[in-house]
Amino acid sequence: MTAYDKVRTARSTSRPTTQDYIASMFTGFIELHGDRRYRDDEAIIGGLAYLGDKPVTVIGIEKGHDTIERMRRSFGAPEPEGYRKALRLMKQAEKFRRPVVCFVDTSGAYCGIGAEERGQGQAIAENLMEMMALRIPTVSILIGEGGSGGALALAVSDKVWMLENAVYSVISPEGCASILYKDASEAPKAAESLRLTAEDALSLGVAERVISEDGIGTEDFYGRLAEELYGELEALGHETDLPGTRYQRFRAFGR
Amino acid sequence: MALRFTRKPENELEKEGRSLEPHAGETEYVCPNCHRTLPETTLDDNQWVCSCGHHFRISARRRIRMLTDEGSFSELFASIESTDPLSFPGYQEKLEKARKASGEKESVVTGTARIDGMEAAIFVMSPEFMMGSMGAATGEKITLLFEYATERGLPVVGWTVSGGARMQEGLMSLMQMAKTSGAVKRHSDRGLLYITVLTDPTTGGVTASFAMEGDIIVAEPGATVGFAGRRVVEQTTMESLPRDFQTSEFILAHGFADIITPRGDEKRMIAELLRFHGGQA
Ligand SMILES: [Zn+2]
Repeated sequence: MTAYDKVRTARSTSRPTTQDYIASMFTGFIELHGDRRYRDDEAIIGGLAYLGDKPVTVIGIEKGHDTIERMRRSFGAPEPEGYRKALRLMKQAEKFRRPVVCFVDTSGAYCGIGAEERGQGQAIAENLMEMMALRIPTVSILIGEGGSGGALALAVSDKVWMLENAVYSVISPEGCASILYKDASEAPKAAESLRLTAEDALSLGVAERVISEDGIGTEDFYGRLAEELYGELEALGHETDLPGTRYQRFRAFGR
Repeated sequence: MALRFTRKPENELEKEGRSLEPHAGETEYVCPNCHRTLPETTLDDNQWVCSCGHHFRISARRRIRMLTDEGSFSELFASIESTDPLSFPGYQEKLEKARKASGEKESVVTGTARIDGMEAAIFVMSPEFMMGSMGAATGEKITLLFEYATERGLPVVGWTVSGGARMQEGLMSLMQMAKTSGAVKRHSDRGLLYITVLTDPTTGGVTASFAMEGDIIVAEPGATVGFAGRRVVEQTTMESLPRDFQTSEFILAHGFADIITPRGDEKRMIAELLRFHGGQA
């Protein structure tokens, strides 16, 4: 598979979305809405759930399944309120000492007049700053697209995992190609150069683990992933200085 | 000084102000706002602000000369420069061009300086270096500066100029947003002051990280400040955008900047803020 084949796979509307992971890996999910400032952004889902016997806060970017739902969820492009809701729920998790699990799947933060008026840049910046200092374990799993700052705003975590066909990039290959080659159809070439596949992220140290997509969407697949996640949260639960270790994890890039 | 914004520039190049052939041995510039022709010495005398209020983009070194006490700047981390972590096609040549055009090794200059006698750690981004795009070395210098300031209990003053992430460094560029934010957070948690000065343009990944993380956010009049590019917003929404969309005035009105300060008053304002937070000359 070429890098661009992976981009296409990552974007496929037939892939499981955050809701599917929540429904299949966790029990007793109670969705919590809103940023307590302005509105509820449905591009991000968050709430309380059990992973096995472990209470956790689970948050994820949701693209939706059918056209009507996808529109309601802005095709998984969060507005500032989505990021602020996510941060509110992370702070709540910290208060009650439970870990946070984030599912990331976005082509990027929402691009619009309202999003700019309500501080899209500020909302992302605040998440980056605050996630770095959370005193609870955090794991982010990229399940599809990891589009730039809009994805990173839910991925300043202790561990970052990527599905085998997920991608993570600073710019879309189309955007990169239209700037570099003045031609968006050169996207496959740009995709190679950007090194955006899960394997690339692993070799760059941006991701800790690549999740095999064998049997993706089956009970076995979710069961295996839930088990690995449980083990990871257990291990992180024994760490004494999570913010310090997390800072060093990100500090290492470009040292 | 009131800024009369007669029209938005057509493109980035125009916005920078065209320079004309030298006239009587002196380079002249055309103001992109009012179209006046201005000799370099006149601009120098007026901190590169046109009488119409337009703030020209200026290099990092010029800004340091203008806004810090004479001879007080001491550069830090000057040897850190971009590598090509992804072996991205054509990037080495781009870097070389940027280095020639700017005379800098990276898109940010870092160090310490005194402002009205008070010591601060400062970073100043450079529009001539790939329009201040954020590479791994940019993030590294800013992070080192915050760590230096945290250790020594110094305030940080940072002037931002950036087109955003540097795509030729891919994920290594993206990760700088998290890294610098972490360094800002640690500095902040020590009770230290961070002032950002947003200058034209501050966009993309820099807006979505350290530019918006200041305790006090100052903006130069008429600067473009935003996350998504204006053209991208236009294409996505297919709506016509407000004329002042993504300007300093727009973000102040929406609650995302504290003060708009004309360049002529900038040094006094920063000194005032430093003094208020315990700065001593
Ligand atoms: Zn003018």
